[in-house]
Amino acid sequence: MSTPRSTSAARGTASRGGASRGAADPYGRLVRTAPGRAVTTRLGLPQPPRLPRRADREAPVLDPVVVLGATAGADQVAETLLGWDADVRRRAEDLDAIGSVVVVLDELSAPGDLSEPSLALASTLRRLRPGGRIVTISRPATGGDQDGATEAARGAVEGLVRSLGHEVRRGATANGILAADGVPLDAPGVVGALRFLLSARSAFIDGQLLTVASVDGALPEDWERPLADRTALVTGAARGIGAAIARTLAADGARVVLLDVPAAGTDLARLANELRAVPLQLDVTAPDAGERLVAFCREQGLVLDIVVHNAGITRDKLLANMTGDRWDPVMAVNLSSQIAIDDALLAAGQDVGGDGGGDGGADSDGGGVLGSAPRFVSLASTSGIAGNRGQTNYAASKAGVITFMPALARRLEGVGGTANAVAPGFIETEMTARIPALRREVARRVNSLQQGGRPEDVAEAVAFLASPPAGGVRGETLRVCGQNLVGR
Amino acid sequence: MTDTAPAAPHRDGAASDSPVRDAFVLGGNRIPFARSGGAYAGVSAQDLLTAALDGLVARFGLQDERLGVVAGGAVLKRAADLNLTRESALGTPLSPRTPAIDLSKACATGLETVVHASNAIRLGQIDSAIACGVDSASDAPIEVSDRLRRILHRVSAAKTPAQRLRALAAIRPADLAPQPPRNAEARTGLSMGEHQALTAARWGITRQAQEELALASHRSLAAAYDSGLLDDLVSGYRGLARDENLRPDSTPEKLASLKPVFGVRSPEVAEPTMTAATSTPLSDGASAVLLGSREWAQERGLAPLARLVDARSAAVDFVHGEEGLLMAPAYAVPELLDANGLTLADLDLVEIHEAFAATVLATLAAWESEEFGRERLGRDGAFGTVDRSRLNIAGSSLAAGHPFAATGGRIVATLAKLLHARAVETGRTQRGLVSICAAGGQGTVALLESDGKA
Repeated sequence: MSTPRSTSAARGTASRGGASRGAADPYGRLVRTAPGRAVTTRLGLPQPPRLPRRADREAPVLDPVVVLGATAGADQVAETLLGWDADVRRRAEDLDAIGSVVVVLDELSAPGDLSEPSLALASTLRRLRPGGRIVTISRPATGGDQDGATEAARGAVEGLVRSLGHEVRRGATANGILAADGVPLDAPGVVGALRFLLSARSAFIDGQLLTVASVDGALPEDWERPLADRTALVTGAARGIGAAIARTLAADGARVVLLDVPAAGTDLARLANELRAVPLQLDVTAPDAGERLVAFCREQGLVLDIVVHNAGITRDKLLANMTGDRWDPVMAVNLSSQIAIDDALLAAGQDVGGDGGGDGGADSDGGGVLGSAPRFVSLASTSGIAGNRGQTNYAASKAGVITFMPALARRLEGVGGTANAVAPGFIETEMTARIPALRREVARRVNSLQQGGRPEDVAEAVAFLASPPAGGVRGETLRVCGQNLVGR
Repeated sequence: MTDTAPAAPHRDGAASDSPVRDAFVLGGNRIPFARSGGAYAGVSAQDLLTAALDGLVARFGLQDERLGVVAGGAVLKRAADLNLTRESALGTPLSPRTPAIDLSKACATGLETVVHASNAIRLGQIDSAIACGVDSASDAPIEVSDRLRRILHRVSAAKTPAQRLRALAAIRPADLAPQPPRNAEARTGLSMGEHQALTAARWGITRQAQEELALASHRSLAAAYDSGLLDDLVSGYRGLARDENLRPDSTPEKLASLKPVFGVRSPEVAEPTMTAATSTPLSDGASAVLLGSREWAQERGLAPLARLVDARSAAVDFVHGEEGLLMAPAYAVPELLDANGLTLADLDLVEIHEAFAATVLATLAAWESEEFGRERLGRDGAFGTVDRSRLNIAGSSLAAGHPFAATGGRIVATLAKLLHARAVETGRTQRGLVSICAAGGQGTVALLESDGKA
């Protein structure tokens, strides 16, 4: 036959992976042209920088990396970085350009201790390369277990990091790791978080502090495929952020089970074909959704190591105009369904090969369907943190997700599992493309990076929390919002 | 990857002493059916079929698989789509070395592709197949008039510009009118609905009975969706989650208010009974069914849903008015059941394609008629009665719509799943019948069976 006349006639779907790439932000494209930049700079308009992603910078560390701090912990961090073949420096004075700065503050005991490292950090900022990274590593405030001066110094780090996130330019970010007392700085959780925050995978994460609560977790054999031999379930996987999560988990080596409503079936099937994944058409709000998922896993011999609750909907309305058919489905899809599904998965228990106790006992009608150290990751939202006009229902559901995480994480502790959430800010998706143009343009600029994120930015955070090193991260909510101005 | 395998297709269990083995329905996939000009307007038949195939490939992990054949077809087909099935299959992740064939038998096309592929499996010629069908009334080919076509051929054969001009000069304005496909029998000039109106009148099928059947079809299909039965049979497409024609909240009053549309001007029809609600609308859609030998299924961990036991086809002389246009299945089914030593009472489920409500009812009436049994079927009496609680229990074409060549696949996959579930539940072998009438006075029927064992 002659030339194909339909899009489907062309084999291969590789182009879909980049569908979201910079397509939606005309202003962002304008400022990257010479005349566009000239005009917008003169007018004092935002200059959103280009953010390098995984494909743009594959090396985990942007060199050279300066490790500030003189503690034993700082030496451990430097060792870790050397292990990744990074160009590690302990002094910044003789460098013209600096890629990354790691500020190790693990032994602060008084506010005054922060002065010297802060000023040393200050001297590096004007030399920071585009897309540079600043990561602090410190101890979290404990609410009174330490003496007052120590607690004060620990808390002060947060103010430093969050302000610095607003200050750094050209796509650089500043984030912090809070390693709980007793967690050495070479623990898997600290190492994994450090690598993630230094890498291009965290491009849209800025001004955030991530707590590593325990020494749990393990370093992957292959950092390029940290999810090899893992099976991951992603709900709401057919489109948008869910599809990006599925692609990222698959790229990290996971076998993926894609779940979405039958209405999205053909999109789901095509993604499954692209990723050689297993599709499952199921409405998560069906009363027997959990049982049907368990039955499907048993039938297909699937043992889930990773469960990503991404399925979510919006039905925006001011509360004064709210109706049951807008409130109830949002709560059902975004929150209640995942509680029910998690209950069903946990009731079914862990695979016989698992080493867990606690919830690990399989029920009577078949084998367990969870792996030995299951990772649960849920999608929250900055709306659930700061609230959003017209989104009482959505924000309520997402705030519920955030508080559900520590509860689920505690339940999973006995079996070596974790539960954490990712809270996206403004992400360029079909959903945000429907926001009226002016509001959309404002929403996209009100963060430190002055642009919307991409679905894969959210996916990278999910993949990190699902990865073996993140075992020490428990019940946290990690914002992927470019440091949106609203909320913490 | 079977791509790299040597040229000869591998076989399993094609024992030389027993040439016939079993062929099984392993599953199916279709896209929701749309009304003509509805959700799939502007989408080509090839895109629709590719979507249905993509869903099947994903559900059963058939990426890079080299199957025995993809057998498919469409009733409304552009000349350029001569290899429609092959082109569609090439758009999926199936191995490009999977052969394909296009078949055509009007509305029976879909079921004929199932019969064709399962026969090849039964003979050991192939181990696996996809049977599929598609139709898009929205994308139906529109042709030029016969006169214009002849003139244009003459123009292209002309050797000099003068000859070319002379040939072109013969075109008259009337020749330029496009010729959409006609929904009429070539030999009688009557539309299918007009034919059915004659049959309905002959068998005294009441309007109320037709409307009850239509309502049951809509309610049963809606219930099938609600219960999740179709979750692994239908994959949403282009924003459509369920069949566009489905009206679960239709009422007897609403149906009774519609005007008759067929038999209105026919002197042979005293009281027209057929309305838009009791006739299938023009539709767009595609379906696909995965078939395989027991061994092929086992190797892939797939549970056979139902065995394709046997099939028959029949044709009637509707041209001379001896029999109704859509009555061929009334003859094919007795032949099929006799050949397998069965009666209507032995069937656990019966699927009679609802071309029109009156088609189903006339077929049932014929089987219940002593006279028809004796004079037409050459039996001692009536052929038998279909237990209405076993008829089209998950709805049929009146509710789902009827993209001609896609209907067979819809019915076969749904019936196979229903039979399997009931066999597992009851522990008894379940038998099901598929009966599909077709333009040209033809019909194809098939027998499926499930013992519920994997």
